[in-house]
Amino acid sequence: MTTAARGSRIGVARLAAVDAIAADDLHKRYKDVQALDGVSFDVREGEVFGLLGPNGAGKSTTVRVLTTLTRPDSGRASVAGHDVVAHPERVRSAIGYVAQDSGVDWEATGRENLLLQGRIHALAGAPLRARVDELLGLVGLADAADRVARGYSGGMKRRLDIAIGLVHRPRVLFLDEPTTGLDPEARAAMWVEVERLARQESLTILLTTHYLEEADRLAERVAIVSRGRVVVQGRPDELKAGLHGESVTVELRDVDGRLGEASQVVGAIDGAGEVHVEGQAVRARVPDGARAIPVILSTLESRGFSVASVTTARPSLDDVYLHYTGREFATEDEAGRE
Amino acid sequence: MTQVFRHTGWMVVRQARNLMREPIWIAMMVIQPLLWLLLYGQLFSKVPQLRGGASSYVEFLTPGIVCMNAFFGGTWAGMAMITDLDRHVVDRFLASPASRVAIVLSQVIRAGITAVLQALLLLGISYALGVRVHGGVAGWLVVLAASSLLAMVFAGFSNGIALLVRREASMIATANFVGLPLMFLSSILLGVQTMPRWMQDVARYNPVNWGAQAARNAVVVGGAWWPSGQYLLFLLAAAAATTSFATWTFRAYQRSI
Repeated sequence: MTTAARGSRIGVARLAAVDAIAADDLHKRYKDVQALDGVSFDVREGEVFGLLGPNGAGKSTTVRVLTTLTRPDSGRASVAGHDVVAHPERVRSAIGYVAQDSGVDWEATGRENLLLQGRIHALAGAPLRARVDELLGLVGLADAADRVARGYSGGMKRRLDIAIGLVHRPRVLFLDEPTTGLDPEARAAMWVEVERLARQESLTILLTTHYLEEADRLAERVAIVSRGRVVVQGRPDELKAGLHGESVTVELRDVDGRLGEASQVVGAIDGAGEVHVEGQAVRARVPDGARAIPVILSTLESRGFSVASVTTARPSLDDVYLHYTGREFATEDEAGRE
Repeated sequence: MTQVFRHTGWMVVRQARNLMREPIWIAMMVIQPLLWLLLYGQLFSKVPQLRGGASSYVEFLTPGIVCMNAFFGGTWAGMAMITDLDRHVVDRFLASPASRVAIVLSQVIRAGITAVLQALLLLGISYALGVRVHGGVAGWLVVLAASSLLAMVFAGFSNGIALLVRREASMIATANFVGLPLMFLSSILLGVQTMPRWMQDVARYNPVNWGAQAARNAVVVGGAWWPSGQYLLFLLAAAAATTSFATWTFRAYQRSI
């Protein structure tokens, strides 16, 4: 089931549960921009959760609130069981944060970057050195470990960022736009990386992205963010089935006022919705077009209808976004880029 | 509190290590003060009234150049903060348990350490040129204290500005705007008694001049410990004030993200 966000009603009961992250009605304003306008969602322990939305939707601001970098104007949030406003220092010890922009110290080697971050997290001595070696191996930087990061490629810096975020074995990892700026090859490699981390380090991961396919591939559940609000959250396949659906258009010949009956036939399909008539055609949204079409065709023909054509439209990112916001994703994404 | 010191220590090590990887930076840190010393030493050596009681102009100039380096080095210290802001290293620290004070304080202390190393180098070279610190060991310590405190005063200021403007171009403009006037309103190159009356009055409130006077007392006079001590206390207070200013602008930066 998909659940539309209902603002503060998600609230208190869930904050008390074992959620790794609980955001409740977060508001944040920067001068003339309402960056967050009531963001609510929750992430369960151990899951990979995606915040999906166009540029400027409020994803990064949400992450900055959850990582204690910025305070919300109102609303509550807890991460790993700690309130981000009341106990930011506890949150910081429990999380790893991989920002949208790399936080790598260019003039230090990969190993030095990791050692310093480890020390800040109160690690020391042999355990720290062992952990750093382990991570360098994990992200494939063992050979480059003692080179200054200035010479790393974009993908290598990104992998070092992730290692830096993991050095203290955080319970929750934030990945803010992990593949933005990477070429398709590096992006695919990063996806494999994130999947492996989710398994090996048994982490809760919150990732933000403006690529639907990325959320689809990596996230067990997603929340779609638009203009500072979560418009819907749920499993990607459910979102696609329930929200995108597929639109089926059945064009008929010589219907002679029997369009109402044709609509009923189409509407009788399991899960069909938004059935309406357009000229000589019946349009509807069905969960699975491939299964619906044969049933529609055989039922209509058995009742003596003459079918001219049947078309299905595959769901796209624009469709989902359009469905929930009434706006086109690409236009919003471009506008949000500034 | 011990956490602040530990984190400051690691961050100073990080910055120092990064700088040691810049051969050009090291070369400039060594060559530039020497150039000043030799250039000015030659330029003004024939003008006896500039010496202010020293046996040679180089002797007069050495403590001045030590302070000039310390103070110039300090005014540019904020550039490292801007680089860390640009590369999001600061944000990375902020999302970790890193001490907030250490992020700022490490920049200030690093500037102080750099100034001490340069002062030692300059004193060594000028020794070869025949300059003797008349104040002996205590004199050396006063010169080193003056240079490190002076660097920290301006490093605090510079970091505060860096965190306000957050852009290299604005930072450079500010450093230039502050640098030369404060140098000429001090006794770094010329004795205070050669200045017009109003400049002498202004110089009295110039931290650069406090450092230059303390260092010069130690090298040339080899005494006047009480006024020198006062100057050092003024510098300490100023360093505390500018570092507080930087931590205050750091909080302003945090609020802006």
